[in-house]
Amino acid sequence: MTTNVIEVNNLEHKYGDLKAVDNISFTVKKGEIFSFLGPNGAGKSTVINILTTLRKIQKGEAKVNGYDVAKESKEVRKSIGIVFQMMCLDYEMTVFENLEYHGMIYSMAKEERRKRIDELIKLTELEAKRNVLAKDLSGGMKRRLELARGLMTRPAVLFLDEPTVGFDIQTRLRMWEYLRNVKKQGTTIFLTTHYMEEADQLSDRISIIDYGKIIVTGSALELKNQLGKDLIYLETSDNKAAADILRTLESVKGVNEDAKFLRVMLGVDVTHILPKIMDLIGQNGIEITTVNIKKPSMDDVFVHYTGHDLREGKPEEKHDESKTVEALR
Amino acid sequence: MSLAFRAVYWREMVKFFRFKSVLFSSLIQPVMWLAFFGLAMSKSFDKLTSMIPSTPGVPTVDYLTYMGAGIIAMDVLFSSLFGGTTLLFDKKFSLLKETLASPISRINIVVGVGLSGMTKAFIQTAIIIVFGRFIGMNFFKGYDPIQTLVSVVGIFLLVGIFTLGFLFLSGSIAITVEQPEGMQSILTLLSMPLFFISNALYPVDAFPEILQFLSIFNPLTLLADGIRYFALGSNFSVMGGHYIYTTADIAMSFLGLVFFALTMLSVVLWRFNKVDI
Ligand SMILES: Nc1ncnc2c1ncn2[C@@H]1O[C@H](COP(=O)(O)OP(=O)(O)O)[C@@H](O)[C@H]1O
Ligand SMILES: [Mg+2]
Repeated sequence: MTTNVIEVNNLEHKYGDLKAVDNISFTVKKGEIFSFLGPNGAGKSTVINILTTLRKIQKGEAKVNGYDVAKESKEVRKSIGIVFQMMCLDYEMTVFENLEYHGMIYSMAKEERRKRIDELIKLTELEAKRNVLAKDLSGGMKRRLELARGLMTRPAVLFLDEPTVGFDIQTRLRMWEYLRNVKKQGTTIFLTTHYMEEADQLSDRISIIDYGKIIVTGSALELKNQLGKDLIYLETSDNKAAADILRTLESVKGVNEDAKFLRVMLGVDVTHILPKIMDLIGQNGIEITTVNIKKPSMDDVFVHYTGHDLREGKPEEKHDESKTVEALR
Repeated sequence: MSLAFRAVYWREMVKFFRFKSVLFSSLIQPVMWLAFFGLAMSKSFDKLTSMIPSTPGVPTVDYLTYMGAGIIAMDVLFSSLFGGTTLLFDKKFSLLKETLASPISRINIVVGVGLSGMTKAFIQTAIIIVFGRFIGMNFFKGYDPIQTLVSVVGIFLLVGIFTLGFLFLSGSIAITVEQPEGMQSILTLLSMPLFFISNALYPVDAFPEILQFLSIFNPLTLLADGIRYFALGSNFSVMGGHYIYTTADIAMSFLGLVFFALTMLSVVLWRFNKVDI
């Protein structure tokens, strides 16, 4: 039997007139790594802050580890660990002291505290840095120390708000390894990120969040599969006309028009359909300048569902009427 | 409140002993007060007042000893008034976030920081009393060991309550303002009237009546009076003035300081519960 460690129903949050979180519902199952993937300003931190009881819930319902965030905030706080978006360590204290302080704050008994500190220092490979001041650690080590601190009290859920933002790829890969180990030990993880790879590589399930709304939820594989078997990127002399032609084909699941490219999603194997597509477009007097074939990636999934590229920000003209939030920013 | 305030206290003390410059200056500060201000002032006051005949049959106290009580009060005033600054930096560097996100109530933070300030004030008070002996500050003159012990306990109690009050005040400001500069100027502004409208360094008898009246409510006066009651006795003369402290006076000092500390505690809790993270 799987139980839900996080349950959110119709959550809404406003800052003045700005609707930062817009009627979202989702569940996180025990033992899984669940990610919120979305660009800056999507509302990820706001959701984390509400779930960790740092921000009062305005509308809707949220339960963490079976406790209501509105009415049982103390119980919620006892059940969770947090790694904040902003680094917050006591730089004038050592690795050991930072962890010791955290254990004391949560009233852990001395023996238990020391035992847990040893375990976590090992898990995060900070053995050599045990008595080093936090300010003398590298960026990646500081983040690992924060991870260790978040796990001090053996929380039922660990919240991580953009855990690897700003780190190089090696540091990021290492962090993912630690998080997989944490998961193996039975801790449920809720994380936010705006890195495609992070959501893709690490999560059991992903919710793509944009303008305060959950656009779609599923495992990385499910999400990618919905884009079809293969993707063709086409650059033509008249993208718009070409798109209209392709949409009439049965084996084409969908076509996205990007600024430069056409992204053609296929329901069948690309090898058989490509010649047909090329012919059809050629017959209509449109010239094909580039063809590129690839398997759907998280980037493609993101663009498909949100209509914009996460990396390049959000082009204004691509917003439909449901995205009124932007106008208020 | 849980025992979590011990964690906050422990952290403050670890850092107090870690920053050698902070540690050193807070230990040297009381010695400087005594050595420079104390000796200089007492020499000139003694010279000016040596002509005034003292009241017969009443023990005379020299100015340095009289002022020693005030120096303790001044010293702990300044260190506790600026003691809350740590919270400003904790807030600025989002260090408080970890603690504020924990299940403990915020009174633990306030009490932990308060008690650490109190410990530092005790260390400074002890330094003044001990170092003062060497330069002629005669506290506890003619007391037997029991009387001395009771007096020391009394002084530390008063200093403790006083320190908590000012740390809470300082903490409320720290948690409210955004910039260290803002905090600095508010504290400087506050310390002026506290410093001058009190009998810490000289008797207030010659003050204009309105200032004399105001000085009664100054926690610094209450503390200096209380320390004098314990250190100099209830009946002495200094600079020609005759002082009698009654039990009512010492009770006033205690109650006044307790009232001050409790008021500041509610202010700091109110400010802390407003902090958003
Ligand atoms: N304290 C706040 N006051 C006003 N607006 C805020 C505040 N915090 C966040 N916002 C706004 O709410 C939106 C969502 O922010 P946030 O939850 O931080 O997004 P994310 O974490 O996904 O980057 C943004 O437009 C942001 O500017
Ligand atoms: Mg964020």
